[in-house]
Amino acid sequence: MSTQTTASERTTLNTLKSTKPGLWATVSALLRKELLIELRTLESVPGMSLFSVTVFVIFHFALHQNTVSGDEASGILWVTLLFAAMLAVNRLFVADSDQGGFDSFLLAPVDRSALMIAKALALLIYLLVLELVAVPAFGLLLLGPSLGAAMPDLLAVLALADLGLALIGTLVAALAVRTRARDLLGPLLALPLLVPVVIGAARSSSPLMAAGHHGSMQVRWLMTLALYDLVFGLISYAVFDFLLED
Amino acid sequence: MYGRGLRALSFSTVAALCVAFSLVFFYAPLEAEQGFLQKIFYIHVPLAIITLCGFVFGAIMAIAHLRTGDQRWDMRSYVAIHMSLIFAVGVLITGSIWAKGSWGHWWVWDEPTLVSFLIVFLLYATYQPLRFSIEDPERQARYASVFAITAGAFVPLNFMAVRLSSAYLHPRVLGSTSNLPAKMGFTFVICLIAVALLYATLYKYEMTAKHTRAQLRALRRRVLSDETTAPRRSFQGSTAPGLRPSAPGGVLKMSAVRRPD
Amino acid sequence: MGPSLLAELPALPLHTAGKYVAAAYIVAFVIVLIYVSIMAVRLSRIERDLGELLQALDERDAGQEPREQVSEASGEVLSQPAQGVR
Repeated sequence: MSTQTTASERTTLNTLKSTKPGLWATVSALLRKELLIELRTLESVPGMSLFSVTVFVIFHFALHQNTVSGDEASGILWVTLLFAAMLAVNRLFVADSDQGGFDSFLLAPVDRSALMIAKALALLIYLLVLELVAVPAFGLLLLGPSLGAAMPDLLAVLALADLGLALIGTLVAALAVRTRARDLLGPLLALPLLVPVVIGAARSSSPLMAAGHHGSMQVRWLMTLALYDLVFGLISYAVFDFLLED
Repeated sequence: MYGRGLRALSFSTVAALCVAFSLVFFYAPLEAEQGFLQKIFYIHVPLAIITLCGFVFGAIMAIAHLRTGDQRWDMRSYVAIHMSLIFAVGVLITGSIWAKGSWGHWWVWDEPTLVSFLIVFLLYATYQPLRFSIEDPERQARYASVFAITAGAFVPLNFMAVRLSSAYLHPRVLGSTSNLPAKMGFTFVICLIAVALLYATLYKYEMTAKHTRAQLRALRRRVLSDETTAPRRSFQGSTAPGLRPSAPGGVLKMSAVRRPD
Repeated sequence: MGPSLLAELPALPLHTAGKYVAAAYIVAFVIVLIYVSIMAVRLSRIERDLGELLQALDERDAGQEPREQVSEASGEVLSQPAQGVR
């Protein structure tokens, strides 16, 4: 597995060294590498999916309920997605840190923010794939009202919240990976920062899961999510360089 | 020298606090709704405002640190955040006491300001574990600055988000500072100034202490390492009594006789 | 619960409210005092370290003085033959 990693890294490095690529070329190269590694090692997404399904089962026993709806349902879904995201955050930079990926990246003549953008996009993709599994599982196992009619709205909420999770997750992962207690510090740093995302996501998806006729979603929560994503995207972009220096 | 002006600052803090608390208890009128309990407002809200300002200062100084690379900015940022964290504990406890007096519960989720404060406190509580889990001092300072900037930007956003989520509940009582009658407003401003001075004094106090410790460490390195290296160097460098400078011949003979021990 | 509670919330009787207000101010005071005491502990540690450093310097000077006298004596002894020769 490690030889495959270094081989693809070497390919990336050679590609990057031969020309001086623009930002998006770098990002797409890095993103391809991330997704290739994930496809070959399958270390994040299957674990996250299994985790969320198991947590739904645990919620059934913990709450002693067969179905949930409204605020409760929204809360359960988002808490589960949040903690599954933490699993991915913990693993996001581990390979780079342990196998020297940071150094080879720093040597290449490319814009360093490309790494942040690529990792955030990768995490976003992992979360979207996770939700392909987790949301139907949730609908099947725990959710009372059906999700079908509410789907378009729910997709919007999922997309915006995932963006927030990805941006903050990437920043926190980069901060935590080279400390001594990286598995502990990652979630500890990320969870308070993600409270507004949870607020926005849970409040906006709660009427979608209301028992009986599903209510309409309030746009202001989507606005909150979008604003938060924007601000933290800018901040992450600005400070990320300082995390890579060594 | 960080200690310069500390005495004047601490005296003015004591004076300001005395004036402020006298105003609170002898000058400010009783509030109609909450009565005497409302007096907590004069210590709780200034503490909260100064705490938040301290976190924002920490972020600003962290930006200065990242831009200039000067380690002193990092130390200032660290002390600002450390002080604000201590004040935040005070905010949470006084807020909790106020909640207990007002509603009979030690904690209420209805107060968005208090809830936001708890979240901010939980975030900044990870600052020191983060710092002390990185061994390399330069990287520690850099990562801490990144954290301080991120968390500083988070503070206003968090307050807005939490306030939004509880907009439908009863009007906030703890946080309202608008339409205060003149006497109460004046008292509040004096309290705010007094708490700000308290923060500044404690901040300067901590900076002086840290600087002193750093100087002590440097002195210790020089003294103790001098003992293990060649005596000639210590003779040339030291001003210790008992080592009288002698003729060059004498110096040579001294170093020949004495072995570093 | 909120609005109705607010409506019937009277001004708390002074002796009840007084305890809470006093508690809040005392807490603020105690936090500052705890901080001061922590700084006092640090200050005593600095004082002790400085004392140790001064002691180390004193010992070093004491260790050098007898040797200095010895070497000066030997210096005189050594330089005398030169004088004697001269």
